[in-house]
Amino acid sequence: MAYSGFRILREALRGHRGWGPAWRDAAPKDHYDYVIIGGGGHGLATAYYLASVYKQSRIAVVEKGWIGGGNVGRNTTIIRSNYLLEGNEPFYEFSLKLWEGLEQDLNYNAMVSQRGILNLVHTDAQRDAFIRRGNAMILNGADAEFMSTEQIVAKYPFLNVNNARFPIKGGLAQHRGGTVRHDAVAWGYARAADRLGVDIIQNCQVTGLRIENGTCLGVDTTRGFIGATKVASCVAGSSSRIMQMAGMRLPIESHVLQAFVSEGLKPILPGVITFGAGHFYCSQSDKGGLVFGGDIDGYNSYAQRGNLPVIEDVCEGGMAIFPNLGRARLLRSWGGIMDMSMDGSPIIDRTHIDGLYFNGGWCYGGFKATPASGYAYAHLLATDTPHHTATAYRLDRFRTGHMIDEKGMGNQPNLH
Amino acid sequence: MIIIHPLLGPRDSSEFIYKGDAALINRPDWQASDALDQFIDYGYLRDNPAGLHRELWYHEQGDRSWLVVTRDTTTHEITQVELARDVARRQGRST
Repeated sequence: MAYSGFRILREALRGHRGWGPAWRDAAPKDHYDYVIIGGGGHGLATAYYLASVYKQSRIAVVEKGWIGGGNVGRNTTIIRSNYLLEGNEPFYEFSLKLWEGLEQDLNYNAMVSQRGILNLVHTDAQRDAFIRRGNAMILNGADAEFMSTEQIVAKYPFLNVNNARFPIKGGLAQHRGGTVRHDAVAWGYARAADRLGVDIIQNCQVTGLRIENGTCLGVDTTRGFIGATKVASCVAGSSSRIMQMAGMRLPIESHVLQAFVSEGLKPILPGVITFGAGHFYCSQSDKGGLVFGGDIDGYNSYAQRGNLPVIEDVCEGGMAIFPNLGRARLLRSWGGIMDMSMDGSPIIDRTHIDGLYFNGGWCYGGFKATPASGYAYAHLLATDTPHHTATAYRLDRFRTGHMIDEKGMGNQPNLH
Repeated sequence: MIIIHPLLGPRDSSEFIYKGDAALINRPDWQASDALDQFIDYGYLRDNPAGLHRELWYHEQGDRSWLVVTRDTTTHEITQVELARDVARRQGRST
């Protein structure tokens, strides 16, 4: 059933009795061509592009919980392509272009809102670095504009531009950046993949990878063995747990990142602001809540909840730049588990085991990458060659010295 | 999180800097024939377990000692804290 304005009118007149489930509750079959482990945004997008762009069939997505219950429902919903390095920027710009056409492509309202994102600048050195980054973005076909303090005050009159430690001296804006309703991304990809025949198998946890003579033959799950020609891990946050089943150690630590939302307010914040120097960023959801976050807690964790010192740090950063925030009450906070990689960049690659593929290491930048990650992973799975925007995301880049370290922090995952 | 420091008693974890897996104590021998493989492993690959994890914490806001903390990564519960010096000595890394 295609969704449309006409359809809504028709259902409104008929008491909304005609809406069916958005996707089937599939039971696992004995064998598939492709089994994707993880029904998050990236896994569902991979299945969708495998079926739609690469015309593959017999695809299953296995999910240990329910669709939308993992990191795709735990992030702060920001999209942008403001990266510096050659290995990253074309990929994230490709992702932003896919976001721009996503809703028509999926026939699903994902509430893509290109309200703009602004990275604040406080020193001359930071201004030079951000202008350089803006030029790198423009060279790769993205948009970037350096905004003066006066332009920023015109758009965000409530920002404290005269903070003693971090006075606002301008900012790098990407007007095509913005936010997307994150649950709708998961539901939209799930529905679109299902309509192309993909089996979405929920409540099906992978308990083992069956590997014989260097070839992956399928996955053992809580709902029995599922055979597969190609098995694709796509479980960022828990990547080490899955790949351990294949005897692999990864260049990844799992860390918890917290996020926060205030009570619902009338519209105050028109775009996304990031105050990197103070570990704070914020946007306002369409429901009115101020959605904000900061740094990871900084120690290995799979607990999906963080500790109070980071909450204090994030709120202090917010108060320094956005003093109105102090009048809003914090409604909820939550934590999600990140694959923090050794250079802060992701991995989309084959493994040394035939038929076993890996996608992970997204750090806290996975949400914006969802469409391109799925597209590039589908390309890799279907053709056994990397997508032209994702050639740098190799598993062996730490051995060969081709790290993609945007922040220049070295191999210390909690600093990326 | 509260870390029970072996010398100073209970201290808030925000006084510490987190380094990572305590296996980092075991720096490979640079003269070994497979030193390159060992150092790639040491520098970049981690066990990253869900469950008990032995890890290095540095008491930067305190006595500047390195600790080996055993902590459950699924609950954040800390079950053992030792001086990294003692752990290294036991492994023959130091005198």
